[in-house]
Amino acid sequence: MAELKGILIIADLMNNALAPISKELLGAGRKLAASLNEPVEAVLIGSGVAAAANEAFQFGADKVYVVDDAVMKDYRTDSYVAAVVKVATQANPRIILAGQTTMGRDLLPRLAFKLNSAVTMDCIDLSIDAATKNLLMTKPVYGGNARALFTADTFPQMASVRSKAMAAISPDNSRKGDLITVSAGVDAGAIRTNVLQKVVAEVQGIKLEDAPVVVCGGRGIGGAEGFKTLEELAKVLKGAVAASRPPCDSGWVPDTMQIGLTGKIVSPDVYIAVALSGSSQHMAGCSGSKTIVAVNRDPEANIFKEARFGVVGDWKKIVPAMTTKMKELLNR
Amino acid sequence: MNIIVCAKQVPDPEAPPASFKIDSATNKAVPPAGVSPVISPFDEQAVEAALRVKDAKGGKVSVLSLGTGLLRDVVKKPLSMGADELVLLEDPAFVDGDSWSTAVALAAAIKKVGQFDIIFCGRQAADTDAGQVGAAIAEILGIPQVTVAKKIEILDNGKAKVERVTADGFEVVEVSLPALITVSNELGEPRYATIKGIMAAKRKEPIVWKPADIGVDAQHVGAAGRRIKMVKLFQPVKETKCEIVTGENEEDAAGNLAKKLVEAKLF
Repeated sequence: MAELKGILIIADLMNNALAPISKELLGAGRKLAASLNEPVEAVLIGSGVAAAANEAFQFGADKVYVVDDAVMKDYRTDSYVAAVVKVATQANPRIILAGQTTMGRDLLPRLAFKLNSAVTMDCIDLSIDAATKNLLMTKPVYGGNARALFTADTFPQMASVRSKAMAAISPDNSRKGDLITVSAGVDAGAIRTNVLQKVVAEVQGIKLEDAPVVVCGGRGIGGAEGFKTLEELAKVLKGAVAASRPPCDSGWVPDTMQIGLTGKIVSPDVYIAVALSGSSQHMAGCSGSKTIVAVNRDPEANIFKEARFGVVGDWKKIVPAMTTKMKELLNR
Repeated sequence: MNIIVCAKQVPDPEAPPASFKIDSATNKAVPPAGVSPVISPFDEQAVEAALRVKDAKGGKVSVLSLGTGLLRDVVKKPLSMGADELVLLEDPAFVDGDSWSTAVALAAAIKKVGQFDIIFCGRQAADTDAGQVGAAIAEILGIPQVTVAKKIEILDNGKAKVERVTADGFEVVEVSLPALITVSNELGEPRYATIKGIMAAKRKEPIVWKPADIGVDAQHVGAAGRRIKMVKLFQPVKETKCEIVTGENEEDAAGNLAKKLVEAKLF
């Protein structure tokens, strides 16, 4: 059997450029590479993606495989799994990493089983066992109430990585590497799904993942109207409004506002949690915030165990008063 | 249409985080006292997805649950919602598997249940949060998958039109049947069990299968068939100390909070 070598990163691309998670993955790859003394390689799949290879080198790849073909324009399980299998057969990586994203969650498990291997999803920490050279994978379980450390018996060792869990390296413009073009080699007729349409929810103002301040409403907001009060506060603080799962499930706000284990992961400077209990599944989406502030009428709510500052009481009285005071203090 | 749903019994994920405990001797969560286990929430949504297809197109919904210590009250819930039959893979050989070895058993059981058009799974289980069993079943059975579905429409051409959740909205995907579809909460609230449904469920006996019944080797399923090993289960130590800001009344407290945050140079 050919020698296992290297960490292969399956890049998530946004508008044919590296998505932030891909830069984080490359950073994680460089850390593992240091322990293993093996190369970091990336695979870019899509249509019109070859230009992203330079970015991949700058952020830490030693080698980049590019599968650039019209048939790869939209992510589909069959086509992308086939492409990575082709690259992996050539590259023979010890480790394969992807992001815990819409693509990663769909691609990585199917890929793992097709490769007769296994994967650990949503890892927040990765390291190399010095004795065995195996990948040590830590992921939250029980909705985030606990963490589990896993190892695998099979190769390649595979993991998906949670957004914002790892750090990208500072891009180095002088870094260069090997670029390998790989033909898609896919029978279009053998792909069993077709993407008919993509619908993008309109984002008003700043994108949630980029907002320095997030004001998040929970079940206690009681309806769509209440979120207008949160918008007032967010406006003054130059932030964005989000929601825990119950307001989304109840249809008060769009699903795209959901923060949590299966929603968006954010790590703003300030996270103001209003009328939400602070369940572990929700905290998974915001625990990376620098400062958490809680407003809840239940002094026993779990959110007060997670927050740095809090006020106990009725958000309907507290939030407008906060907004007024903030306007005054910040001169806005 | 013949529809299969995989539903897992799990400790109640809505139990307060403070009640969560680990037994470090067994590397397992200790079920909180007096809190009944439930069907994993995304799996309930998978049952709902199946029932909506049955409402639209007619057919039969077969639910499979794998585990031991399966409480009949809990695992029969899909029947009370309107599913037609319940198959339990109830044997110590089946449990403590990883996603792969669990799927090996489920796929074999699905083959034994018979011809199917769609398999619905929840997008991830509330205890492991792994999100892989669906893909594993699909790979074993050689069928396409569509994940994180929020809406499913059966077309007349042997395909289904599925809306799946994306980070910034959703996409519409057409998939050839038979297929495996994992379901997300954006699908909507699962229907309540009706009194009629509960009475009917009481009368239905689940079919119980052991490894020999589904033609699997005990070595390939459950704990024995794992490729991933759990080395340690632990609870991260919480170090946050929350400063509760007070005032003469709520508005006053809010003002004091604002002052505190600005003083801390957070903006």
